[in-house]
Amino acid sequence: MKPAYAVWALVALLIVVHQDIWFWDDARLIFGFLPITLAYHAGISLAAAGTWYLATLFCWPVDEATAPATTKEQP
Amino acid sequence: MTQLLIICGYLCLLLLLGIGASRLFRGTSQDYMLASHSIGPFLLLMSIFGTTMTAFALVGSTGESFKEGVGVYGMLASSSGIIHSLCFFLLGVRVWKLGKAHGYRTQVQFFRDRLESRWIGLVLFPVLVGLVIPYLLIGVMASGTVINKVTAGRIAKGKVVGGTFAEGTFPAFLEQAPNPKAPEEPPSFLYGSQGGVPKPLASLAICGIVLIYVFMGGMRGTAWANTFQTLVFMVLGVVTFVVIAWKLGGQESFWASLQAASAAIPAEKLTRLHIPPEKFLTYMFVPLSVGMFPHLFQHWLTARSANSFKLPVVAHPLFIAIVWVPCVLIGAWATSDLITIPPPVAANPNAVLPFLVQKLAGPVLGGFLTAGILAAIMSSLDSQFLCLGTMFTEDVVQPLRGSRRLSDRHELLVARLFIIAIVAVTYGLSLLEPRRVFTLGVWCFSGFSSLFPLILAALYWPRLTKAGAYACVLAAAGSWLWLFAASDFAGRPNFTVDVPVPTAIDADGAWQLMPVAAMIAASTAAIIIVSLLTKPPGQPTLQRFFPSRAD
Repeated sequence: MKPAYAVWALVALLIVVHQDIWFWDDARLIFGFLPITLAYHAGISLAAAGTWYLATLFCWPVDEATAPATTKEQP
Repeated sequence: MTQLLIICGYLCLLLLLGIGASRLFRGTSQDYMLASHSIGPFLLLMSIFGTTMTAFALVGSTGESFKEGVGVYGMLASSSGIIHSLCFFLLGVRVWKLGKAHGYRTQVQFFRDRLESRWIGLVLFPVLVGLVIPYLLIGVMASGTVINKVTAGRIAKGKVVGGTFAEGTFPAFLEQAPNPKAPEEPPSFLYGSQGGVPKPLASLAICGIVLIYVFMGGMRGTAWANTFQTLVFMVLGVVTFVVIAWKLGGQESFWASLQAASAAIPAEKLTRLHIPPEKFLTYMFVPLSVGMFPHLFQHWLTARSANSFKLPVVAHPLFIAIVWVPCVLIGAWATSDLITIPPPVAANPNAVLPFLVQKLAGPVLGGFLTAGILAAIMSSLDSQFLCLGTMFTEDVVQPLRGSRRLSDRHELLVARLFIIAIVAVTYGLSLLEPRRVFTLGVWCFSGFSSLFPLILAALYWPRLTKAGAYACVLAAAGSWLWLFAASDFAGRPNFTVDVPVPTAIDADGAWQLMPVAAMIAASTAAIIIVSLLTKPPGQPTLQRFFPSRAD
């Protein structure tokens, strides 16, 4: 599998696991202070950062060498 | 009084920053509106983050957590971490590339070329401005509430005690308000400013300060101010969290206080049993709004290079967690029996965070924390002010003048006058009946989200036609207006679109969907059906926007 496809698969996975029906009625506290649903979704935020880091490595959409260098004065 | 002095000092610092940025101003409208494409990765990250995180993130998230529980983080924050970065990645970089190549300053300029339609601005401009106004309203209202609450006194035995200003300091119409539970009674100081800076005056001061530094520094001043303010509200947000946890928990160590505060949260605020899963799912459409925010579009165009986007794409979800997790916890702690939230504060969830700051932090720390909250609010207002001026001159005035373009000096003057007019309208609206920041924000973001199919199709779907785009905008605006009216103009905070389903699928007999889902469905159907039924764009347009795909 190409790395770019793997990154997009990870993005799709993040969207799926975001719907965590398995913690819907769970009132436990992690480390005695962090509600489990909050801890889980904070983890989703960390995972999103990791996934987007991979995206910048493997599927960055613009090649700096071919990026426009000049700006026209007006459209 | 200490809090007020610290707030005033902070506002003066912002003015100095605007003056500093104005010294680098090159005198051209290009520099004023886009900082001459000079913004690097760090400034881009901070300005984009500061712009997207507003009163909605600090005051609104705490208030909503107080009302609905910790599930609010999953509903908007973690989904935003995924979707916002997706928008920066898919849309921002491509917009920057096209903007730099063709000199775009606004969304309408881009759509005009892409859709081969000189008049798309006539439809799009009022819709975008109409959606930015409620967004501005959020900031203007929240800033007044925050300053008032932290400078107000407390009520003891039917009297105001310990306020910053004695009754009679300000004219009666600023100080007095009716009893919300008995509107027939005459207005009273007790339900009005309560010894704090009156809300209308505080909101006016914040609008004035932001206007001054935006006028002086333009986009560069805005980016600098955003960076400074984002750092301020992130650092002070964490400090607020530590102070409130320690004071509420009341234990020897911070860790023990943290555990004691969370242990007191009522069980129903720790779960999402009261949130239908389909509502939670469709909330994920709301963050798509960043794809169509006109002020964010303008920030994207300020980037020095495409690589400048890498840091914002990666760090944005982390920054969201740093700001939202503490605010959501604070809101949940406020529901516990460790603190009594007075009924007037409980009735207005926007006031929960300022109330806790005033009650639990000392006057010095309270002043700094208030400055942090105001920083979050102002870092969005400034970009929106600047963007509105840019849109008016570029999308309305210059096209109407045709070949007789305004000089740079006159363009800046017209932009500033329009900004003042919009701020005056917004300020006037803020004096009317207030709504919950969170509810108003969700409606505003939903409107922008419903236009998301337009920007996505314009960048990635060559078959998009002019008629398809018009149909999309009209379907989005029509469905928004219809549903907004059905929600009693945001008067029903838990308004959903109920789709009947067999009870075998859902025991309630209906799926409760967020209105945004219906709006996006309508605008997507309109754009696809009408585009496929109408003539595709010409080869020169396809060559310009899709060079690798055009024949």
